[in-house]
Amino acid sequence: MKKIKKIKIKINGKIKSINQDSNLSLVLKNLKIPLNKVAIELNEEIIDKKKISKIKLNKNDKIEIVHFIGGG
Amino acid sequence: MVNLKKDSLIIANKKFNSRLIVGTGKYKSMSECAKAIKLSGAEIVTVAVRRVNISDKNKPLLMDYIDPKKITYLPNTAGCFNSKEALRTLRLAREIGGWKLVKLEVLGDKKNLFPDMIETLKSTEVLAKEGFKVMVYCNDDPLMAKRLENSGADAIMPLAAPIGSGLGIQNKINIQIIRNQTKLPLIIDAGLGQASDATIAMELGCDGVLVNTAIAKAKKPFEMALAFKNAVIAGRQSYKSGRIDKILMGNPSSPSKGII
Repeated sequence: MKKIKKIKIKINGKIKSINQDSNLSLVLKNLKIPLNKVAIELNEEIIDKKKISKIKLNKNDKIEIVHFIGGG
Repeated sequence: MVNLKKDSLIIANKKFNSRLIVGTGKYKSMSECAKAIKLSGAEIVTVAVRRVNISDKNKPLLMDYIDPKKITYLPNTAGCFNSKEALRTLRLAREIGGWKLVKLEVLGDKKNLFPDMIETLKSTEVLAKEGFKVMVYCNDDPLMAKRLENSGADAIMPLAAPIGSGLGIQNKINIQIIRNQTKLPLIIDAGLGQASDATIAMELGCDGVLVNTAIAKAKKPFEMALAFKNAVIAGRQSYKSGRIDKILMGNPSSPSKGII
């Protein structure tokens, strides 16, 4: 069996190891992110949530996933 | 009788019946926060934009407790110390679900939490150009308030006193000057400590008040939420009723004619 190559990316400041051919949609699905309640940045650029299945991830990519919390 | 039902607060063409805006921070739990908001009658709540906790997927979400379809979320840039951070935060907030009505707050000092007005002004210009409806936290400086208005702000939100200080309105004169110079919604933001502070703000002619700490950190947050609701209504009613002139000497309430 062919071994799947892993790459390291950063999600919300934490290093995560993912399969090299993963797209952003898959990564978010694995993290159980409720897409309708978050916004996503990839390398400091806001991502259109409708296009996440088309976005391939590269080594050292930085993803930020934010939502609303209590605040003044 | 004053018909308060028709006396709506209009911000960026959106109508609200309540003139009390509340923050959602500093509560013991999300359910406590949700209940306090309900009791306050607020229709707008401020919220912060922060990272999702990716290691604890079962952590409760604010949206599960406060329905954004029923209550207007006002994303806030609290914690941002320059224009770049504030713009990034609000662009993300808009992306979460189409929020255009936002509260801009660019702080300048970690201790007194006063706003950095240069960065605030810069951010207001950019946000207005990008189609945001910006409610701007600012100093109680009439000149700066005018500049914000000219830069496209949708509401002016001067502080009463430093954020979370509970000191109440420190500069009534400046607030009145700002009131007289602007037709934009004027909302006192930050520094209120008790319900009567909200009444004073409303009696000065403000269109609303924003309260977080004074409710969330009161010994009885639910009762305080209700107190603020009533205080805002009382203040507004008092303002609309036209107070009497102040005089230095006494003026008897009973007629002097017919005294036995």
